Amino acid sequence: MPTEIGSPDAAAALETRHLSRRAGERVLVSDVSMQVSAGEILAIVGPSGAGKSSFLRLLNRLDEPTSGTVLLNSRDFRSIAPRELRRRIGMSMQTAYLFPGTVAANIAFGPRQRGEILSCAQVDSLLERVGLPGFAARDVSNLSGGEAQRVALARTLANEPEVLLLDEPTSALDETSVRGIEDLILTIVRERQMTCVIVTHNRAQAIRLADKTMVMEAGRSVTIGPTSEVLRVG
Amino acid sequence: MLAELQNSIGNDVLMGLAQAVGAIALCAAVVALCGWQSVHVEREAAVSMVRGLVQMVLVGAVLALLLSGSLPIGSLILLMMTIAAAFTAARRLKGMSGALPLCFWSIGGGAGTIIAVMLVTRSLQPDISILVPVGSMIIANAMNACAQAIERFRAEILAHVGQIEAGLSLGAEPSITVATYLQSGVYASLLPRLDMMKSLGLVWIPGVMAGMVVSGANPVYAAIYQFIVVAMILAASGITGLVAVVLMRAQVFSAAAQLTLRPTETQRTG
Ligand SMILES: Nc1ncnc2c1ncn2[C@@H]1O[C@H](COP(=O)(O)OP(=O)(O)O)[C@@H](O)[C@H]1O
Ligand SMILES: [Mg+2]
Repeated sequence: MPTEIGSPDAAAALETRHLSRRAGERVLVSDVSMQVSAGEILAIVGPSGAGKSSFLRLLNRLDEPTSGTVLLNSRDFRSIAPRELRRRIGMSMQTAYLFPGTVAANIAFGPRQRGEILSCAQVDSLLERVGLPGFAARDVSNLSGGEAQRVALARTLANEPEVLLLDEPTSALDETSVRGIEDLILTIVRERQMTCVIVTHNRAQAIRLADKTMVMEAGRSVTIGPTSEVLRVG
Repeated sequence: MLAELQNSIGNDVLMGLAQAVGAIALCAAVVALCGWQSVHVEREAAVSMVRGLVQMVLVGAVLALLLSGSLPIGSLILLMMTIAAAFTAARRLKGMSGALPLCFWSIGGGAGTIIAVMLVTRSLQPDISILVPVGSMIIANAMNACAQAIERFRAEILAHVGQIEAGLSLGAEPSITVATYLQSGVYASLLPRLDMMKSLGLVWIPGVMAGMVVSGANPVYAAIYQFIVVAMILAASGITGLVAVVLMRAQVFSAAAQLTLRPTETQRTG
């Protein structure tokens, strides 16, 4: 019953049904239905202001949908306590928004909310994975935009989420770091059988990473399907 | 009560009225002097002096009536003052829904607790002539503390929406994500009162003490009593600031732990 779109044997890890949000008169997200399976990467592309960030915020339940819903492993997300939901559906926002203090404190923040203390070795290994070895003791106020963005990604990964929401995670990075982060995303999704939704304005990035692509315009999902078809890779 | 009113309309009142006439005459002379230099304030001066005199005579008459009153009447007056203070503080927070009850409970909680403690410990007489002026000082300070705490807390939240939502998105309890901003709010409400305490006696001798000395109390006792009043103002402001930010914290998050206070939304309603 839960699978309407896609192959019936692959139950969706993350699904939205007619998901919409209005703010006053403004329609931010309008009737978006989609499915992503475990181990799959979905790219969301579309012009700026199309509602991509607004859509991700709904999945993390930072905003409340005005209609429609989100299913996590076929379970309505409203039946999951918001804090647990957000731990399981991790999000890295378009802007890093680090907490004042050290890089290590930022990375340990998520687990600490559940009373778990990350060891120094765990912090170091997360930092190594995002290409920032030896950054643990640095103060966040001295980081470049690209470094901050990678610390934010490591901070989200520290929570070991089942679903990873990434809002333009490489927008502040130079070309070599971009490839490093893309490799990391591919590796982590594969090894943890994670589900990943990534917003990008870079079509080439969507082609490199995503199994499926959704094109958004004016809050709507215009097209969704295999990346090779949607973006007509020649 | 009538007997007391008649008593107070004795020689003192006649003497006072004579002095008031003298004061008015002096003001009239100054106004005339201004007119000589083509600064015409005659009409305004006359109107404001008549208003001022009438208002003060009325206040005096009400006080004279109330001097014979009891604790319930005093408490009622303080309650009215608290309601007026809540309206004033809430007006400074326009655009925020539920501001009025929030201000009422925090001002009433802070000032009410402290006034009750002072009455129970007998550091405040249940006599209207003391209860009302001291109580009103405490309420007025609690009112400012309330507005200062909430204004600061709101400004800090609006300046850190990104960090707060980053914390929420990592699974933090809403109260954790605003803890430092809540502290800033309480601190902002206490700071003016702490400065007041520091300047006590150096740059500022408050009215209660001056009044007590004038009416013949031992100056040392009057000074200590004044310190007690300022300390109680500080305590009331602290309670008010705390209650205000804690109540406000409950309002800025939805049941699903979403931050509902956003710059755009306050701009729209405010
Ligand atoms: N809370 C809000 N109230 C009103 N408009 C909003 C709000 N949040 C975002 N918007 C507007 O909604 C549109 C979609 O924004 P966004 O989701 O950030 O787009 P994208 O990420 O695709 O660039 C934008 O025009 C933005 O200004
Ligand atoms: Mg965006």
